[in-house]
Amino acid sequence: MEWETVIGLEVHVQLATKSKLFSGSSIEFGAEPNTQANVFDLALPGTLPVLNKKALEMAVKFGVAIDAEIGLKSVFDRKNYFYPDLPKGYQTSQLDFPIVGKGSLDVTLEDGSIKTIGITRAHMEEDAGKSLHEDFHGETGIDLNRAGTPLLEIVSEPEIRSATEAVAFLKKLHSLILYLGISDGDMSKGNMRCDANVSVRLKGEELGTRAEVKNINSFKFVEKAINIEVARQIELLEDGGRVVQETRLYDSEKNETRSMRSKEVANDYRYFPEPDLLPVLIDEAYIEEIRATLPELPDTKRQRFMNEYKLSEYDALVLTNDLATANYFEAVVLVCGNAKLSANWVSVDLQAYLNEAEIPISESPVRPELLGGLINKITDNTISSKIAKTVFEAMLAGEGNAENIIKTKGLKQVTDSGAIETMVATVIANNPEQVEQYQSGKEKVFGFFVGQIMKESKGKANPAQVNQILKDKLSK
Amino acid sequence: MFKSGIAELSRSLAAGEFSSEEITSAYLARIKEKDKALNSYITLCEEQALAQAKAADATRAKGEASLLTGIPLAHKDIFCTAGIKTSCGSRMLDNFIAPYNATVVENFNQAGVVTLGKTNMDEFAMGSSNETSYYGPVHNPWDKDLVPGGSSGGSASAVAAHLCPAATATDTGGSIRQPAAFCGLTGLKPTYGRVSRWGMIAFASSLDQAGTLTRSAEDAALMLNVMAGHDPKDSTSIDIATENYTANLNRPLDGLKIGIPVQHFAEGLNADVEQKIRNALSEFEKLGATLKDISLPNSHQSVSAYYVIAPAEASANLSRYDGVRYGYRCDDPQDLEDLYKRTRSEGFGTEVKRRIMIGTYALSAGYYDAYYIKAQKIRRLIKNDFDNAFAEVDVIMGPTSPHTAFKIGSQTNDPVTMYLEDIYTIAVNLAGLPGISVPAGLVKNLPVGLQIIGKNFTESHLLNIAHQFQQATDWHTQTPEI
Repeated sequence: MEWETVIGLEVHVQLATKSKLFSGSSIEFGAEPNTQANVFDLALPGTLPVLNKKALEMAVKFGVAIDAEIGLKSVFDRKNYFYPDLPKGYQTSQLDFPIVGKGSLDVTLEDGSIKTIGITRAHMEEDAGKSLHEDFHGETGIDLNRAGTPLLEIVSEPEIRSATEAVAFLKKLHSLILYLGISDGDMSKGNMRCDANVSVRLKGEELGTRAEVKNINSFKFVEKAINIEVARQIELLEDGGRVVQETRLYDSEKNETRSMRSKEVANDYRYFPEPDLLPVLIDEAYIEEIRATLPELPDTKRQRFMNEYKLSEYDALVLTNDLATANYFEAVVLVCGNAKLSANWVSVDLQAYLNEAEIPISESPVRPELLGGLINKITDNTISSKIAKTVFEAMLAGEGNAENIIKTKGLKQVTDSGAIETMVATVIANNPEQVEQYQSGKEKVFGFFVGQIMKESKGKANPAQVNQILKDKLSK
Repeated sequence: MFKSGIAELSRSLAAGEFSSEEITSAYLARIKEKDKALNSYITLCEEQALAQAKAADATRAKGEASLLTGIPLAHKDIFCTAGIKTSCGSRMLDNFIAPYNATVVENFNQAGVVTLGKTNMDEFAMGSSNETSYYGPVHNPWDKDLVPGGSSGGSASAVAAHLCPAATATDTGGSIRQPAAFCGLTGLKPTYGRVSRWGMIAFASSLDQAGTLTRSAEDAALMLNVMAGHDPKDSTSIDIATENYTANLNRPLDGLKIGIPVQHFAEGLNADVEQKIRNALSEFEKLGATLKDISLPNSHQSVSAYYVIAPAEASANLSRYDGVRYGYRCDDPQDLEDLYKRTRSEGFGTEVKRRIMIGTYALSAGYYDAYYIKAQKIRRLIKNDFDNAFAEVDVIMGPTSPHTAFKIGSQTNDPVTMYLEDIYTIAVNLAGLPGISVPAGLVKNLPVGLQIIGKNFTESHLLNIAHQFQQATDWHTQTPEI
C-alpha cells in the first residue's frame, strides 16, 4: 500500500506593530505581567475597540506580496468562548470576510524544483493573554500583556505532501514576512506559531480524516511532529483502526502527539459580526499605495543575484533566503567587487561560524567591510585563499582588519620570484630521489614538491608562481 | 427653583439669582427627602457634586461660564464615572468603580455640569418597567404604584419628580422614549452614532444610543450640544459635523409633512391614548403641518427581530462578567467552571439571564441562519420601510406607547407582554433613526407621549418640531404632586 500525506498549515504571525490590534497598549516582549494591559485589554465595561491602522496595512502588504485577492470590505467577527486569559469572553477575528483571500507561495523543494502552494486566506485577529500555572500554588495567574496583540492567521491549502515540504513552506513564509518587515518572525518568542492539519490517504483515494497538531513552534519540531503524526495515522489505519478528527498536542520531549480534545465535542464559537467595529473598507488606491512600498521580494532578489552577480541558482537561493544575509552579501560585494568569492565566504565560511556560534548575521563580529577587505587581499594576491582562512579567524577573534592582521602576523604572500626560486632550488637539491622519479615520468610527485615548498615558506609562497617555477626547474 | 429646567436655571445662574452650590445643595436635600418613595437614584454623589458646584461658581466668577456651567444633572448608572460606582443596575457591578469617565460624562464635566448622582435602571438596560434592577423597582411620581417605564426609569422618575432638572439616559429599544411617555417628559434618542458609546456599558452595541430625559425640547437641545460629536474612541460614532441644536428651535412649521403610520394606530392602542395623539396631530395642523397616512409594512416584525439581535449581541457583551478581573465573584469557587457558573448565576438577575440564553441560542450552530441572519434581513426591510416613508414625508408621528404607565408587578411574569411594550419604538433603533417623545396630554391623570421620528441626523429638526409643539401646548409643564 502506498500512502500519501496531505498537510495544510495554519500559521499565526505576530504583526510587528507598536501597539495592540484594538488598543494603544504596547506589545513589547518581556514586560512585567499586566503592565501592558489598559482598560480595553482588561475588558472593563463600556470600553470599545479601535482598529490599529498599521496592522491593517501590514496584512494588506502580505496579501499583495503573495498576489492574493484583497478584501475591499473585510469584517471582524466575535468568536465566543470562556477562558480566563480571554478577557472579553470573545476573540475578535475575521470569519467570512477576511482581509486577504486566495493567493500562493512558490516554495523551493529539496531537489531544487519549485512548487506553488496555495494560500486559502489570511485574516487579522487578536491574541489571547497567558495563563500561568506555575508559581501560584495550585491557582492560576493571568497575564494580559499579550491579550490583543495583532496576529495574521495564514491558512494554506491542503497541498503540502510531506513534512519536508511543510518546512520548506514555513521557511519561505518566514523569509517573506521578514522581507516585508511585518513581523519579527522569532519562533522562540512565539512571533510565528504553526498548527498542522495532517491526514493520510491511499494514493488516488479521497481525503482522509485529519488531525490538527498544535504546539509545533520550531522548524525542527514541525518536521518531527508531522512525521510522527503521519506514522501514527498509517499504523492506526493499517491495523484496521480509524483516525479521529481531533486536536493533538505535540510533545517535543517524548516526540509524540497526544489527543487534546475531540472536535466532536468542541466549542460552538457562535461567531457573529462584531457590532463595535464597522466593516473595514479599503479601495484600490490604498492597495496600490501599499504595493508601491513593497521591497524586492525573495524570488525577485534571487533572480537578480543570478543575473547581476552570475551566481548559480543554488548560491542565489542560499543568499536570498534571509534578507539580512542578502544585504550582508551585497555589502561585501560593494567593497570587493568579487561576487563569486563573496558568495563563498558569506554562505560557507561566515555561515559555518554563525551556525556554530548560534548568532544571527546581523550580530556577526565580522562586518561586511572587513570581509570585503579580506577578499580584496585575496584578489590582489597579497594572500592566498588558504592564508585568508587564518586571517578570517583572527578577524572573528576581533583582531582588526585584513591589512593589519596580515602585517602583524607577517602573512603576506611571497611573490618575489627570486626568493621562490631559491626555495625551489633548495627543495630540489634536498630530494634527488623524487626528482628522479618525476623525470622518469612519475608526475604525481609534483605535488610532493609543492607541499615541501609551501612548508618551507610557511604557506606564504604564491602558489601559482611556485607551480610555474617548479615546473621550469624540474623540466631542465 | 425645582420647577426650572436647564434653560431657566442657566438664565438664573447667569443673572446671579442663586449659585450653583445653592441649587446643588437644594437638590441634594430634596433627593434625600423625596427619593425614599421613588428609588430613582442608586448613588448620590454628594461630596463630588458640591465640589463641582463650587468649581462651577468659581468659573462663573471668572466670567468663563458656559450655558451649562453649574447646572446639576443626573447620569443613568450605565455611564461610567471615574471614582464613583457604576452598577448598571446589576449585582454583578455592585462593587465596580471605573477608573475612567464615559465620553458623555467627560463632555458634561468639561462643560462645568454638576453630577448629582447615578440613576436607577433596569439591569443592564434590559427591561421596560425598571423592575429588573438589583436595587429594586423605581416608582412613577405620577402614581407610586405604577412603573416609570424602562430601562431609563430612574432618570425619568427623578426628572419628573424634580429630583434633578434633567438626566442622561440610553435607548436600545425605547428605553428613553417610553419612560419619557410614562413620566410626562421629553425624551430624545439621537441617531445611532451621533453620541459616543465609549464608557457607556454595552447592552446591544448596534442599537444602544445615549440621549436625554428633560422637561422640554429646549433642554434636550442644550444637552445634545454637549453630548453630540465624533469620538475617535468609538469606531461606530459617526464623523459628521454637529449642529447648534438650539439654533433652529424657533423655526415655524409651515409646510411640514407628517407621516402617520397606520400600523401605529391599529389594534392594541388604547382608545384614550389614541385620542390624545390625534389631538396633538391636529395641533400640528394648526401650526401649518399637513398629515399623510403612510405604511410601515414590516413594523409588526420589529419586536421579533429585536429580540433576536439585541440578546445575541448582549450574550457576547456580557461574557466579560466572569468573576476573574472585577465585579461580582462567587464565594470559594471550586474550579474554573464553578467560578463561571456561580458568579454568573448569582451576579445576574432573571431577565438578564433569560436574554443571555435567548442570544446564545440564536447564535448557536444550526440556529444562526434561522434566527440571527433572518433577523438581520428583517432589520434591512424595516430600514427600507422608513426610507420609503421618508421619500414622502418629513417626519413620522404616532404614540410612543400603546397605553399609559402600568402597575408595578403586573407584567413581571409575562416577558412577551413586557417585550411588546416597545412595539412603536423598537423599529426606530433597528433603523438607527433619531426619535423623540413629547408629552401630549393626560389620560386619567397619567401622561401620554407622542413619538416623532426623523431621518438620520435630523435632531435639530426634531427638536424644532418638538419645541414648536411645546410653545403651542402646555402638556410638558404638567407635573405630578410630590
